[in-house]
Amino acid sequence: MSSSTYVQLVDLAKHFGKVRALDGLSLDIAQGELVALLGPSGCGKTTALRALAGLQELDRGQLIVDGKDVTFQNANKRGMGMVFQAYSLFPHMTARENVEYGLKLKAHKAAGDKRKARSAELLELVGLSTHANHYPHQLSGGQQQRVALARALAISPKVLLLDEPLSALDAKVRTQLREEIRRIQMELGTTTLFVTHDQEEALSIADRVGVMRNGQLEQIATPSELYDRPKTSFVAEFVGLTNPIPGKVSGSSIEILGSVVKTLPGSVASGTGIALVRPESVDVVASKSGNATVAAASFLGASCRLNITMNDGTKITAQLPSSDASGIGAGATVSVSLLDMPVFVKAAG
Amino acid sequence: MKQPWKVRLWRWTIISFVGAYLLVPLYAMFDFSTKPFGFADKGRTFRAWQIIPSQPDLMSAIVRSLLTAGIVMALILFLIVPTAIWVHLKLPALRRPFELLCLLPLAIPAIVIVVGIAPLYRWISIHLTESPISLAGVYSMLILPYTYRSLSAALDAVDIHTLAEAARTLGANTSRVIFGIIMPTIKTGIVNGSFIAIALVLGEYTISNILNYKTFQVVIAQIGRTNGNVAVAVSLASILFVLVLLLAIPTKKRRSAVLDVDLV
Repeated sequence: MSSSTYVQLVDLAKHFGKVRALDGLSLDIAQGELVALLGPSGCGKTTALRALAGLQELDRGQLIVDGKDVTFQNANKRGMGMVFQAYSLFPHMTARENVEYGLKLKAHKAAGDKRKARSAELLELVGLSTHANHYPHQLSGGQQQRVALARALAISPKVLLLDEPLSALDAKVRTQLREEIRRIQMELGTTTLFVTHDQEEALSIADRVGVMRNGQLEQIATPSELYDRPKTSFVAEFVGLTNPIPGKVSGSSIEILGSVVKTLPGSVASGTGIALVRPESVDVVASKSGNATVAAASFLGASCRLNITMNDGTKITAQLPSSDASGIGAGATVSVSLLDMPVFVKAAG
Repeated sequence: MKQPWKVRLWRWTIISFVGAYLLVPLYAMFDFSTKPFGFADKGRTFRAWQIIPSQPDLMSAIVRSLLTAGIVMALILFLIVPTAIWVHLKLPALRRPFELLCLLPLAIPAIVIVVGIAPLYRWISIHLTESPISLAGVYSMLILPYTYRSLSAALDAVDIHTLAEAARTLGANTSRVIFGIIMPTIKTGIVNGSFIAIALVLGEYTISNILNYKTFQVVIAQIGRTNGNVAVAVSLASILFVLVLLLAIPTKKRRSAVLDVDLV
């Protein structure tokens, strides 16, 4: 345990019948850090979060928060603030009463005036001070989740747990709210565990992202490291897009599309392998004597995505800045090469 | 947009038929209760209504029945509602058996129930109390089909699991979760179930009569044997009382509309 570790999940295991939701998951979170757990449905990320909240019993493992073992502590004694995927505001209470609820229950029972001041401060923080007396049904989905966030923060939680809080919202509100969550989290310095299946969400707001699979952590790293230097083929393929291109591996490099590219640690070391190439690593230049043809071009705003068929029949996707892609449309003959960026190579077959 | 006259005519025809179906018997009762029944009476008289308070046993029977209804209400609030919430929250596997159990009083005829529980009430009247209030026990069983259905529908309409978990993470213990969060959330369901239960308790006759308890309905039946006009007046008054009680439900719903939130 490093000196800055605030939350420790040690060797967590949980079975639901024959399904292994958690299979020896270990994770350290530093104080004030925002860690996102990312993974496909059923990978165990929500189970891990619920276990930390005290809402899920474990078969094995240990949970340590701020140096104290909380593994067997009841959920109502743990002091975790949680925002749920489903709208969870108490419908018979106004926004202000919802925010004050946790304060009323605290052991030292904050006085009425202090409670009011605290709830006003938090509603201001989430931008809803004018909605303090509104009932949940009078608030939009995004506003409800903001109040839920304020309610979770009101108790000054040891850890803020976010269980896919944005998944029920529309795209625009989701983007706005995730930025607000990050701003508030950094402002308050609250240690946060954020569970999501949306990689864009995870990569955009987390200090570190943990990718989970079958109840285990495949890799945990900063968003850029996770994207650029995946340690497993699952991480490479799950986070972002990849082009699987077969090639001959020798040592720490692979020959693909006529270029020799360095391989990342953990890649196949010899024989034939499949390189997982990011679309941004593919360089495309319009050329009449090129080695490929553009099958389709999609304009994405700042960038342009090209679906390309190589002369040998290999299909790849390239993504380049829109300014570099001008004049390259469907049917254009292009010359494709690879940028000098290391790739992960998985075993063929 | 104005609706076609045919639609309006059809609607008002149906409403008129239903209204007549419900109101004509009530009018007939009122008519009968104001008919002369003594030699001195001439024309319409409200004497049957005026002598209601002086009927032997009637006032005490009303008080006893209301008290019994109050106890049944308390049993609903502190036993049936928390149990239903607990089953929904913690024992989902028991939901079906529990529902079936709650529906049994509807499937078993009252006479069968009373034959079954008669020995128990004989023992109660000998060893514990002769008060008809003890009927609250059997009544709270009889009202289960109506109360449980109402509660179950209310519990299914909201995501009580998430609400309960949210409350727990904020520091609430189990009783606070049930009484402070879930019960206010399903208040409309509880109020509906309770009012139907009260109506049922105030109207029940078979069991209390066979067990020889002088409840409101039993006393009305006794009065009916001596003075039909008074019995009908009392019956009409009790129907109107229950009607007012039931009409209060939609009002309650409107007031608590804030509780009916779609939490999906």
